[in-house]
Amino acid sequence: MRPTTESGLAVRAHHLSRRFGDFTAVDSLDLDVEAGEIFGFLGANGAGKTTAIRMLCGLLAPSAGEAWVDGLPISTHGEAVKRRIGYMSQRFGLYDDLRVGENLEFYGGIYGLDSAAIKARRGELLERLDLSQALDRPTGSLPLGYKQRLALGVALLHRPPILFLDEPTGGVDPVARRAFWDLIYEVAAEGTTVFVTTHYMDEAEYCGRVSIMVAGRIQALGTPASLKAEHGARDMQDLFLKVVGT
Amino acid sequence: MTPVLDIRSLARAWDGKPALRDLSLTLQAGGMLGLIGPDGAGKTTAMRMACGLLRPDGGEVRVLGLDVQRDGAAIRPLIGYMPQRFSLYPDLSVDENLRFFSELHGLSRDQRQQRRERLLAFSRLEPFTRRRAGALSGGMKQKLALACTLIHEPRLLILDEPTTGVDPVSRQEFWDLLGDLARGGMALWVSTPYMDEAERCGHIQLLHQGQVIAEGRPAELSASFPRRILRLEGADPQAVRQLVQAFAGVVLHRFGHSLHLVCDPDQEEGLRLALRQANLEAKPQPPTLEDAFFHAVAHGSLAA
Ligand SMILES: Nc1ncnc2c1ncn2[C@@H]1O[C@H](COP(=O)(O)OP(=O)(O)OP(=O)(O)O)[C@@H](O)[C@H]1O
Ligand SMILES: [Mg+2]
Repeated sequence: MRPTTESGLAVRAHHLSRRFGDFTAVDSLDLDVEAGEIFGFLGANGAGKTTAIRMLCGLLAPSAGEAWVDGLPISTHGEAVKRRIGYMSQRFGLYDDLRVGENLEFYGGIYGLDSAAIKARRGELLERLDLSQALDRPTGSLPLGYKQRLALGVALLHRPPILFLDEPTGGVDPVARRAFWDLIYEVAAEGTTVFVTTHYMDEAEYCGRVSIMVAGRIQALGTPASLKAEHGARDMQDLFLKVVGT
Repeated sequence: MTPVLDIRSLARAWDGKPALRDLSLTLQAGGMLGLIGPDGAGKTTAMRMACGLLRPDGGEVRVLGLDVQRDGAAIRPLIGYMPQRFSLYPDLSVDENLRFFSELHGLSRDQRQQRRERLLAFSRLEPFTRRRAGALSGGMKQKLALACTLIHEPRLLILDEPTTGVDPVSRQEFWDLLGDLARGGMALWVSTPYMDEAERCGHIQLLHQGQVIAEGRPAELSASFPRRILRLEGADPQAVRQLVQAFAGVVLHRFGHSLHLVCDPDQEEGLRLALRQANLEAKPQPPTLEDAFFHAVAHGSLAA
């Protein structure tokens, strides 16, 4: 198991808010995620998921409120927080003109790993993510499913205890999606906390707990089974339509 | 009746490697044809050739009887195409983007007003019409791109993975809208990684390595899945994995608390027995289109 915080909380948000001009994108978010959870951060388009994740990753300053990631307050420990998390953005953020191996080396450098550590970790990740044969391919030429696995590899380079995945499987075919979730289960089984957004409701079913966000606020929170029972929903798709629809 | 889209033996290679081989299809007015397949199967290549944006190495494409290569200028206004990566104008507002695309297609004011309302309703962008497109969330941008594509109502609509990043509510409303357009006589050709979307098409083609390896109505495809699926609830995946090792070719998939075991029909009895001896009660699970997709991609066809 990886080290957890004293409280055992990987993520805690308290009245976390973000405004753009007079529009409130994240509205006083309160949320606790325990270490080791696979937490599904669901919600309508524009509900504020990416904005909230960017604040939790120390990439965007909150307008109000506070959050703790791995026990550290994001307001004062932004840099330390960045070292303890892996972040995979909605657009992956890879360098298309670098080769697969070079992307891993480049990010390894950013995370401050020395070259021996990068080399060892690179080999391990390429193997695990089934990317070894793509090592020398330019990233831009890869099918989406490969890019997605590489982006996960980059996020895992420095063995962070918490992973933030923002729509990691958007546009990816069903075979690649299942393979990706097998990897998520593996990483979670090692004790890593996984905080993931998705618009695929079959994936929501794979999460230990989910929240459903609408217009900056969390409207539902619990395990898939408890939420379905509470709302009389057949499946997660039906639940989402009931909570977000109308 | 002249089909809206008629494709014969379409082929194209990239750097000597075949990306699409021998694709044929016909699509009538009011029809909805789905194109599914793994990444890199050739879906985008096929769609770009159908729009006349890419020259085929062989075969032909006819739209309402006209040849896409020869009569490109006449055909262009009949087709609406949404590429996987559609560019909006990030500095224009939601409303300005919609207006730009309606003017591009020469719509009257009345037409524009009417369609604008419907499109803003499905996309739920009404409260944000004055926001810059660049400041929208990922899914909101995608929905605006869809709205811009649909503002002109062409005879043939070609959509390349239109709903990536779109939330489940809007996805449902979007497909209701596509259904209405088809009932109004539009022909639609749509590629998608979502099997629930493919199920809404009248006919599906499954493309793999440039070839159609299965096609038919969605229910036909699911029904022709040649293996059996057993479902276990709440079982320990590790233990089950160990147990099924004795059965060659059995595949295990994990779905949250459920496990699906995929086996050959003649293995089913033995597998259930072995599970029962470990106090595990497996239930038969009807195959879905996704199961058919998996099998066809792994084995190159839906044959047993
Ligand atoms: N720089 C900005 N200026 C103005 N509004 C912004 C800005 N960034 C985000 N927003 C708005 O904040 C809201 C939340 O956006 P966010 O990207 O967090 O949504 P999301 O839940 O991730 O949606 P999606 O599911 O579509 O990815 C949206 O209404 C968006 O338009
Ligand atoms: Mg987002």
